[in-house]
Amino acid sequence: MQTIHHIKKQFPIFENRPDLVYLDSAATALKPELVLQSMDEYYRNYSANISRGLYPLAECATTAFEAAREKVLRFIHAESPAQVIFTANATHAINLVALGLEEIFSPGMNIVVTSLEHHSNYLPWKELAKRTKATLRVAPFHKDGFLEPQELLKHLDNQTRIVAFSAVSNVFGVQSPVEEIIKILRAKYPEVLILVDACQAVGHIEVDLLKWDADYVVFSGHKLFGPTGIGVLTGKEASLKLLSPKNVGGGTVLDACSTETRYKKLPENLEGGTPNIAGAIGLGTAIEFIESLGIDALHQHEVNLTKLLIEALTNTFGDTIRILGTTESSKRVGIVSFILKGIHPHDLAHLLGEQDISVRAGEHCASPLHLAMELGASTRVSLSLYNDEQDIEKLISAIKKALILFH
Amino acid sequence: MHTLYQENLLDHYRNPRNWGSLPHPTHRGSAENPTCGDKLEVDIDVWHDKIKAIRFRGSGCAVSQASASLLSEHVLGMKKEDVLSLTKETTFKLVGVPLSPVRVKCALLSLETLQQAVINS
Repeated sequence: MQTIHHIKKQFPIFENRPDLVYLDSAATALKPELVLQSMDEYYRNYSANISRGLYPLAECATTAFEAAREKVLRFIHAESPAQVIFTANATHAINLVALGLEEIFSPGMNIVVTSLEHHSNYLPWKELAKRTKATLRVAPFHKDGFLEPQELLKHLDNQTRIVAFSAVSNVFGVQSPVEEIIKILRAKYPEVLILVDACQAVGHIEVDLLKWDADYVVFSGHKLFGPTGIGVLTGKEASLKLLSPKNVGGGTVLDACSTETRYKKLPENLEGGTPNIAGAIGLGTAIEFIESLGIDALHQHEVNLTKLLIEALTNTFGDTIRILGTTESSKRVGIVSFILKGIHPHDLAHLLGEQDISVRAGEHCASPLHLAMELGASTRVSLSLYNDEQDIEKLISAIKKALILFH
Repeated sequence: MHTLYQENLLDHYRNPRNWGSLPHPTHRGSAENPTCGDKLEVDIDVWHDKIKAIRFRGSGCAVSQASASLLSEHVLGMKKEDVLSLTKETTFKLVGVPLSPVRVKCALLSLETLQQAVINS
């Protein structure tokens, strides 16, 4: 792994804000110069629309856009470009699936989600159940912050059409055994569709579509050093073909005039309108950036720092701090959420912010999780490659300072 | 750097004024910010259309709880219709420091709770 100094130099935000201690990468990761340059280059030198124009500029844009698709394909071990659909973000991707599968639902069927889901992998299913009069079943999580295969299995039956769960909780930061979960669910219910929210997994651990064997996998570009406004829906080609296009419009259609509209094949039929071309190019560059560092090295860095963080928090604050989820750092991806006695998460995050330390406070768009834990809010720290031991020391010192004000 | 947590705000958080409950309130209200768990309840005693007594209680961040304390001092003796005319600017003035959009919600919880109580009877 490169030195922290060398890494930070690649992120222009640190040039503008040298004292920034950014500990909110789970909300959005910072952007390396390479990503910004690749997007800037598109806008300055070949900002034409894709797949439509017949002039060199348009061909250039189309080539760059499709090259980005190839980069995503390789990154997640998909086999065909038809398996990579660009969306606005993971939320959009999940909604595409929920809306695309509506026709296969009827009263009496059910959908299984879990109570550790982000709202984006909870509400689309809740709304789908409401529209189709299917039932939404919510499986609980283990107190250590992950999903147990057998617990999830208990909630399925022959009327379950889809199961949606997260590879890593955005609150606990603990990995669930995705491959094992899917194997166990499929052994009993081979026909059930499975969607995995990989937002907090991609860019932290290896995500292998073939190994996972999920029908659908979603993630957002901005959480892996890419720009906002771009996400990916991927999965098995046969499962993606089940989705009826709902975000229809320009770029999706072969014949718009006949009574029965004829749509293009994957991926275009699910990519209505002009996509975030610069965003896709930026995402492709972000993926190359991660590959140049090595996902294993990245993950090890996060694991090492997480260990130091958990040790520092528990040694400094003892009984007054409650770390949510397992304290076993090897199972985490750099996210640590906690409750600290004597100061509300909002106040703590605000005071840390006044000292140029960015953490997140609230329920992190995971209210079923906080309800299950009987918590109003928590404080979340999320580490990334541009964080180091010094950041942890600054965080601890800043928390101590905040507590003095409140005691 | 300028801090939100001025002495006045912290004082109202640590030593909230008009805190607790009334034995026989004429009006009651409650509100919650579900995204962070801030909760407030209010009892008021209205006599000849004016707020004769007020008590807040709740849990949450310093801004939400201190705002309730500040607001309770401000409205004591006020006419009901004047309470309903209070705007978010009143709360901002009472808090006395600029608030980010997230903290605005924390600060306004007390006004929401109080105005709801006035409408209920």
